[in-house]
Amino acid sequence: MRLASKPENGLDLNRRSFLRVSAAAAGGLLVSLYFDLPALAQEGNPAAPSKPYPSYPPDAFVHIRPDGKIVITVNRLEFGQGVHTSLPMILADEMDADWSQVVAELAPAADVYKDPLFGIQMVGGSGSIAHSFRQYRELGGRTRAMLVAAAAEKWKVAPGECRTEASVVHGPGGKSATYAELAEAAARQPVPAAVQLKDPSRFRLVGHRIPRLDSRPKCDGSLKFGLDLDLPDMKTAVVAHPPVFGGRVKNLEDKDARGVEGVREVFEIPLVKGTGVAVVADRFWTAKQARDRLKIEWDLSAVEHADTAQLRAKYKELARTPGNVAVNRGDPKAIDAIAAANRVVVEYEFPYLAHVPMEPLNTTIRFDGDRAETWAGSQFQTVDQGAIAEILGLKPEQVTFHTEMAGGGFGRRAVPDSHVQREAAAIAKRLRGTPVKLVWTREDDVQGGYYRPMHVHRVEVGIGPDGMPAAWRHVIVGQSIAAGTPFAAMIVKNGVDETAVEGAADTHYDIPNLHVSAHHPTANVPVLWWRSVGHTHTAFVMETLIDELATRAKADPIAYRRKLLKADAGKLRRALDLMDKKSASWRAKLPQGHAVGIACHQSFETGVACAVDVSIENKRPKIHRATIALDPGTAVNPLTIESQFQAGVGFGVSQLMAKGAITFKDGRVEQRNFDGYTPPYIVDAPAAVDVHIVPSTEAPTGCGEPPVPVISPAVVNALARLTGKRHRTLPLVSI
Amino acid sequence: METYKLTVNGQPREVTVDPGTPLLWVLREELKMTGTKYGCGIAACGACTVHLGGEATRSCVVPVSLVRGRPVVTIEAMAEDPVGRVVQDAWVSKDIVQCGYCQSGQIMSAVALLKATRKPTDANIEESMGGNLCRCATYVRIREAIKVASQQLK
Repeated sequence: MRLASKPENGLDLNRRSFLRVSAAAAGGLLVSLYFDLPALAQEGNPAAPSKPYPSYPPDAFVHIRPDGKIVITVNRLEFGQGVHTSLPMILADEMDADWSQVVAELAPAADVYKDPLFGIQMVGGSGSIAHSFRQYRELGGRTRAMLVAAAAEKWKVAPGECRTEASVVHGPGGKSATYAELAEAAARQPVPAAVQLKDPSRFRLVGHRIPRLDSRPKCDGSLKFGLDLDLPDMKTAVVAHPPVFGGRVKNLEDKDARGVEGVREVFEIPLVKGTGVAVVADRFWTAKQARDRLKIEWDLSAVEHADTAQLRAKYKELARTPGNVAVNRGDPKAIDAIAAANRVVVEYEFPYLAHVPMEPLNTTIRFDGDRAETWAGSQFQTVDQGAIAEILGLKPEQVTFHTEMAGGGFGRRAVPDSHVQREAAAIAKRLRGTPVKLVWTREDDVQGGYYRPMHVHRVEVGIGPDGMPAAWRHVIVGQSIAAGTPFAAMIVKNGVDETAVEGAADTHYDIPNLHVSAHHPTANVPVLWWRSVGHTHTAFVMETLIDELATRAKADPIAYRRKLLKADAGKLRRALDLMDKKSASWRAKLPQGHAVGIACHQSFETGVACAVDVSIENKRPKIHRATIALDPGTAVNPLTIESQFQAGVGFGVSQLMAKGAITFKDGRVEQRNFDGYTPPYIVDAPAAVDVHIVPSTEAPTGCGEPPVPVISPAVVNALARLTGKRHRTLPLVSI
Repeated sequence: METYKLTVNGQPREVTVDPGTPLLWVLREELKMTGTKYGCGIAACGACTVHLGGEATRSCVVPVSLVRGRPVVTIEAMAEDPVGRVVQDAWVSKDIVQCGYCQSGQIMSAVALLKATRKPTDANIEESMGGNLCRCATYVRIREAIKVASQQLK
């Protein structure tokens, strides 16, 4: 997802929000950021959580506890990307907090935790740090200023005579007081209207390799994910979904299912499209066994039966005609003036992809009539909260929404229609008073839709006398992700879904005559953003085709790219140069049977360049190493970024896996589980990845998604050097 | 429903469940030990890996009726296990985890490997860890941490 604009991502204290500071009921100082919303003003604190999280009001960002612990609230889901550590680092740095005493907590759903740019509480568009960097600095700076003011008042000195370090204010004459000692007095200080933020040279945490705060509990089995939640009297539910999206239950025989010991309820529920059958039992295993015993006759007559082969034929046909125009630079007819011998015409195919996060989808809800409580690992807390409220006939603020740590997501927990939460709410409504955990099995997940859309690209390139692309006509065919959702207004422009053309229409290559258009046919397959969204396919097309043109021009693939980059593509150029430098020695002495593949691509405003060392083993690409360089602006936590990129390129290999496609036959998904849809295992991912970050003090940009786009084109470019064959259809079923 | 006597992390436990119930769900739902994870239910991802009679085993496909007296060891016991503790420390020192959901299973597979082979080669690592899926793909650091742990254990 791209942003339409990039406003200042800080706090505008005059217009939109104000800080409130108060003494905490349990002692200490609370710093809260309130958005000036009438609902909050009238109803005080409507989203106050009940058990089991009574320790802080949901709108606090910082809580200095009497024992010296500093609890910092994370306004985002943690699902691997590391914000549970890096957002607190930003605040703690500006506050001069003692990092060893910092505790991070995930925020429940509340207005104050909404993304400052998107206006919903969410993780997406690689924006967690980019959008909240200034916000967390401002919060930390103001907290520090009030602690200093409290100390200055107590010592009858000027605030300027005090300094702070590791949760202690130091004053003249050797005076000192801890933040915990000062917290109550600080709570009575006025909130400063403006605060001087640190010069980056004075950062003690930002820019340093800080280990994650959640490592140990994720290594000893103690961390509770949403699926691990256990509440008194809790039941577990599974749902039988129609075999074709939108199908409806025509006839249900549930006698055998009800006969399974431990089954409590079997009933039909509405789905976002169609209907399903919920089975509620004391245990997951019981519920699953009972579901297997349901005999359901489905009405599939009114729904389109998607078929991959038919879709492919239709998409290829569409790709031969221009679509809605995404960009038209120079002369769109320029290509027709170029001799056929100097034209390349190529087609690319991309399948539907499932996200398959390791933790299967789940949501727990207890409905108490006039309120409800929810636990879920969600990328869209306030959206899901609203959907649950709608199903239960409540206002969103009557639904307390706890954000649970999630086992991956990659976009799958950011669903505009909140279909999992709607199912869970429909079940909880019936089970009033009893908490119910809805679990999607892996089969439900693989077959349940919300895939990266299938795409066909057709590109015609006219090559100039210098061997560089002089004209480029590019047609992209695939379902729109945003159409029909509340995001359409922001993302769909002139009939073009920006998430389908990003990475191509805004290419950083200087192509004088560029025409990119898109067709968005509809199909009865729910689609969704999949980590790096449009860049998953556009980067593959751009970077394999540019590589092909470099080969044709008998040019070095790095030099060719460097020459073609726009003058203002600074981030990508710096990444390319750094990658070139860092990989030069190993590229110069490759073993027999190995080849180098190069790719570079900018997404979410981070420039990334990649070189891979590939050979062929057992008829598959073996990726011996990858060198990655990136320019993400300020690198808030270089350790997290290194880890994200090392693993993120491994995630990107998903696109190359032999069983890396979701396909349809007669409306039914042909894969069921990891045996049919197989993400990369240890042997498939790069064996070694070295990551190099361009030094920068510019604003931080995305790091969660940008690793993904570069790896598959780089590997395929290496394969072309080994075999002479250009792969233009993914996944790589055979090489 | 049948009653089964199990030895889990050295402790005698008794459960009354359907004989077909996989060990995974006995651990998670009857014994409330949720460190062992459900990922696929078909032994294709390794998130549910435990040690059964000393062998790394996918608990999602082992019916409780087939456990038959073999000791069950889970991630919850690794902090007290001499190899387990070293592996966990290596995992933390290498800052491996991202979402972390698969890491119980990864660690159980790595501990089994290092108990059998103190100095594993890359091929040993790929073989022993080859069935443990990490969707975040933290594999590079997993390789490194196994080598760190191997050094510590020599």
